[in-house]
Amino acid sequence: MTESKEPRWAQNLFAQLVEGGVSLFTHVPDAGNAALIRLAQQNNKTSAVLLSAEEEGVGICAGADLVGGRSVVCMQSSGVGNCVNHLSLVKGGRFPVFLIVTMRGDYGEMNPWQYPMGQAVDAVLDAMGLMIFRVDSEEALEAATRAALSACFRGGQGVALVLSQRFLGTKAF
Amino acid sequence: MVDVSLDRRELLPKILPSYSEYLIVSGLAGASRDAAALTSEGDNLFTMGGAMGAAVSIGLGMALCAPDKKIAVITGDGELMMNIGSLATVASAAPQNLSIICIDNGQHGETGGQKGHTAERTDLELMAQGAGIPATLTISRPDELEAAARFLTESPAPRFLWARVLPGPPSDWKRNWNLADCRTRFRDAVLRGSGG
Repeated sequence: MTESKEPRWAQNLFAQLVEGGVSLFTHVPDAGNAALIRLAQQNNKTSAVLLSAEEEGVGICAGADLVGGRSVVCMQSSGVGNCVNHLSLVKGGRFPVFLIVTMRGDYGEMNPWQYPMGQAVDAVLDAMGLMIFRVDSEEALEAATRAALSACFRGGQGVALVLSQRFLGTKAF
Repeated sequence: MVDVSLDRRELLPKILPSYSEYLIVSGLAGASRDAAALTSEGDNLFTMGGAMGAAVSIGLGMALCAPDKKIAVITGDGELMMNIGSLATVASAAPQNLSIICIDNGQHGETGGQKGHTAERTDLELMAQGAGIPATLTISRPDELEAAARFLTESPAPRFLWARVLPGPPSDWKRNWNLADCRTRFRDAVLRGSGG
């Protein structure tokens, strides 16, 4: 691996996803996914695609799959709410949709606007038939990512790799 | 008011005569019925019956992951308006193989013909230009179909065609509504190397 100033966990996560065949990193910017997106922008085998809204990334996952490609959607937890109807592609079509959700409204949050959606993330994902791989520590990330890649692109499941605030830390205002 | 005299059932055969060279995703309702009639529901067509607003995004995912294939999105005005921001995403990603065709009847045909924004003041070509799509064209008459066909082959991509049509019925085609079947059929054909 080349020398990078990005956090070790983000470098490892990026390497695992690329190894798993992911070439598109669609995203709505968030402090939690910033390093992963920079890595995707810098690598010549991957593309970072800026979205207007998170649900577009779900459609892009489906389009990529239809031609044999692999895409992930990186978003803050508030974006999960924007995705709901597009996630019909998971239960209805068995499309391999891979979400990477960086949590707000979770452990130690200070912004009251973030709690309603943050606390609804698991219920919403579960209702739409996605498997949830929650990561509370850096040590748990590699195994969870491996399991999520396997479930999604081999097992045909919709998955969400949920990076908690216990892991990422809380945003300071 | 714009003079609209285009029958939607005559649109796609005239502007996409080489449809078999494309991979196509079509938005729900009339757009999918017209696209299914065009291709006889071919393996190179993925039709939608829900997830309203996702057609452009699905086409963008195809375009970015299959840069050597020609990709067409065929959608309606209601579907497109629901995720109009996806045009900005297309403009920024700038795939060189993506055409977006919006069949605009100015109404929500599937739910009883309720008026849509484009029947009032909304100009979808201006919205596409504002999003940064490099090539755009509006047509509303049969004598413009030839120019539209040329636009789809000759203008710089990504390109956006706004086809304003009469509020008549779409093509009469009963398509497969099972999206898991549709996914498998389309994907298998692509991976076998046919289409596009």
